Amino acid sequence: MTKANIREQEAYSVFLEDFRPKRPTFRNIVVAFFTGGMICAVGQGVLSYLLSGSMPEKQAYALTSSVMVFLGAFLTGLGVYDKLGIFAGMGAALPITGLANSVVSPAMEYKREGFVLGVGARMFQVAGPVIVYATLAATIVSLIKLYVF
Amino acid sequence: MAYVKAFLVGGFLCAIAQAAMDLTKANPAIIMVSAVSAGAVLSGLGLYAPLVEVAGAGATIPLPGFGHTLVTGMMEDAAQWGLFGILTGGFKAVSAGLLSAVLFGYLMAVLFNPKG
Repeated sequence: MTKANIREQEAYSVFLEDFRPKRPTFRNIVVAFFTGGMICAVGQGVLSYLLSGSMPEKQAYALTSSVMVFLGAFLTGLGVYDKLGIFAGMGAALPITGLANSVVSPAMEYKREGFVLGVGARMFQVAGPVIVYATLAATIVSLIKLYVF
Repeated sequence: MAYVKAFLVGGFLCAIAQAAMDLTKANPAIIMVSAVSAGAVLSGLGLYAPLVEVAGAGATIPLPGFGHTLVTGMMEDAAQWGLFGILTGGFKAVSAGLLSAVLFGYLMAVLFNPKG
């Protein structure tokens, strides 16, 4: 490729830049805030309901995440949560409902590859790394807390 | 009031994650992994428990809460059993979330088919 050619290509890519949609960062952050906030408010509703009974706090928190995982998985099955994910990005992905979504979505997609290597293996395509690094980080943190401080 | 606090704190955590994703152009999985790890570190520094105190589900439902729950469970058992407590306490604390993810995740993946 000649130098003139390369220069022409560079000019073209600069020219293209004007037509590429800008990443609407501000819009994304606002939408993530409201969506994530709403999901957490729903979780708070579940938690408050459980605590209003005679359930101990620890059990109430655990059951709340269980209910939210169920909701996330169910809405993914219905095809609703994937749309929410496209709309809200991290607002939908960061709550634990998003983790449930990351389990169901690929598992459903790869069902045709069978129940072991399709569903079973793909369930933890994203949740796997999350659990691995959460466990490693928590172990290191706990070791430091236990032996250093 | 509890709902407002949960909304604000939960929303704030998601906004930070979204900002991190947009600014670093990292893919969502990397942001999710960083978020749980950050939660574990904040928990170790004693900063996450007060957040849960204030915001309830607003702090425990987002992924950093998962890291915090792991650390809390490990330290709880470690208080009694030392090193072995770290082995036994972590997954005990997150059992409800993990088991639900496997159980309901499998159930929904078998029952439903991808749309479109």
